[in-house]
Amino acid sequence: MLGYASSVSESAIRVGGVSKRFNDVIAVDDVSFEVGRGTTSALLGGNGAGKTTTLAMLLGLLLPDQGLIEIFGVDMVRDRYRVLPRINFSSPYVDLPRRLTVAENLRVYALLYGVRDVAAQIRRLADALDIGELLRRTYGSLSAGQRTRVTIAKALLNDPELLLLDEPTASLDPDTADWVRAYLESYRDRTGATLLLASHNMTEVERMCDLVLMLRSGRLVDRGTPHELLERYGRQNMEEVFIDIARDRRSRGAGAKRAST
Amino acid sequence: MSGVAAVSLRGSSRRVGALVLRHLYLLRGSWPRVLELIYWPTVQMVLWGFITLFFVNTSSWVAQATGVLISAILLWDVLFRGQLGVAVVFLEEMWSRNLGQLFVTPLRPWELIAALLTMSLIRTLIGVGGAALVAVGVFDYSIATLGLPLVAFFVNLIVMGWAIGLMTSALVMRYGLGAENLAWGAIFVLQPISAVFYPVSVLPGWLQPIAKSLPATHVFEGMRAVLFDHVLRMDLLLNAVALNVIYLAVGIAVFLFYFRSVRVRGQLLHVGE
Repeated sequence: MLGYASSVSESAIRVGGVSKRFNDVIAVDDVSFEVGRGTTSALLGGNGAGKTTTLAMLLGLLLPDQGLIEIFGVDMVRDRYRVLPRINFSSPYVDLPRRLTVAENLRVYALLYGVRDVAAQIRRLADALDIGELLRRTYGSLSAGQRTRVTIAKALLNDPELLLLDEPTASLDPDTADWVRAYLESYRDRTGATLLLASHNMTEVERMCDLVLMLRSGRLVDRGTPHELLERYGRQNMEEVFIDIARDRRSRGAGAKRAST
Repeated sequence: MSGVAAVSLRGSSRRVGALVLRHLYLLRGSWPRVLELIYWPTVQMVLWGFITLFFVNTSSWVAQATGVLISAILLWDVLFRGQLGVAVVFLEEMWSRNLGQLFVTPLRPWELIAALLTMSLIRTLIGVGGAALVAVGVFDYSIATLGLPLVAFFVNLIVMGWAIGLMTSALVMRYGLGAENLAWGAIFVLQPISAVFYPVSVLPGWLQPIAKSLPATHVFEGMRAVLFDHVLRMDLLLNAVALNVIYLAVGIAVFLFYFRSVRVRGQLLHVGE
C-alpha cells in the first residue's frame, strides 16, 4: 500500500513499500511516496541516507528486495524498457566516455534513445545550453561546469517526461549553478516534465521544489513542501530543517535541542 | 514479421549500431589503440615466421607444409583477438564508468552483447588482417592458401573467443576491475591443450578428452588436415560447430546471469571505481 499522497491524482512516480538491503546494511527501508506529473521534487538526506539507492531503483539499475516502483504506471522491475525511452538521468558521478568529443557522445546517446533527427536535436540543445563551442572538444578536456552542461544536454536528448537528477549543480560555481537551475525550471515549465532531484543544496531545493522527501538511514522520515517543512520545524531556511531532520530533532523540540548542543 | 516486431528489431539494430559507433569513434580518435590491435599479432606472426624458416630445413614435419606454424599462429590470434575484442570493449565501458549511463537508456543487455561481438569482429579483422598481410610481404605465405575452409576455421575460432570473452567480461562486471587480468590471460590456459602447434595425440591420454571438449582443438586439427592431407575433415568441423553452439550459449547465459547479479547488488552505478 502506498503511504502517501492519495491527493496526487496523476503520478509520474509511485513507490510503495520499497526496501533494499546490502548484506547487513539496510539502504532503503519500506519507502513509499508519489510524485505528481509536472512537479519538481527532491530527495534529501545526509550521506548514506538512501538517496542514490532510491534513484538507482527508480532507474531500474538496481533491483529492490521488495516493493513496487511504477513510472508512468509501468512496473520498473518487470517492464522497464517500455518506459526508459521517456525518462533520462544526469549525475556528476556517472561519466560519459572521456575520449569521445561532445558531439560524438551526444550522437551516440541520441541514437540509443531513438531520436529521429539527431543532428537537429544536438544543434537545438547546443544552442539552448550554450555548448556549441564545446561540440568538437573531448568530454575529458572539459571543466566541471562544462561537463555538467553537456551531461544535462545528454539528459535532454530524448525530451524526457521524467528527469532524474543526482546533484545537478554539484561542484559548480554559483553563477553556473543558477544558470542550470533556471534552465531546468524553464524546461519543466515549457514541457510539463517531471523533475526529481537528489541534492545537498538547500537553496536549490527551496527554489525549485514542490515536494521534499526527507530520508534518514534509509527511511522516509518526513515530507512536504519547503514551506510546510519550514513551518513544521520552525526554521528560517531548509538548511536548518535538513540539519534538524538529519540529527533526528523533532519539530517542536528542535530549537531547544539546538540550544543544548 | 509483425509490425511491432519489425519496429522492435529496427530499434535494436539502431542501438547496437550506436554502441558500435561509440567504439569506432574511440578507435578513430586514438591511434595507440589501433596500433595495439595490429602490434601483437604482427610480432607473433614475424616470430613464428622465422621459426618456420628455421624448421623448414631441420624438421621434416614442418617441411611437409611450410605454412603450418604461420597458419596456426594467425588462427590462434583469431581466437585470442576474438576473446580480447569482447573483453576490451566491455572494459572500455568500465574504464569510462559508462555502464550506468548506458543502462538507463533503452539498451537491452543482449544488444550490448551484440555490439561487443560486432566490435570484436572488427578488431579481429584489423589485427589479424594486418598480420596476415605482413606474412605475405615478409614470408611469402598467404593464409588464403587454406582456401574456403579458412572461413569455417575463422568463424569457429572467433565464436569460441566470443564465448570466453563474454564469460571473462561477466566476471569483470561482477568482481570489478580487480579481475581485469582475466581478460588478458584467461585464454592462455587453453592454448597448451588446444592443439594449436601440435596434434592432440601429443597430449597425455587423460588430457586428450579435455582438449577435445574445446572447439579450437577440432579447428586446429582440421587446419593440419587441410595443409598436410589437403582434405577438409567435416567430422572435425561439425564437432567444432556443435561445441561452439554450447560454448556461446553458456557465454551469453553467464553474462546475463551476472548482469542480473550486478543489478541486485547495485554495482552498475559504481562499476569502474
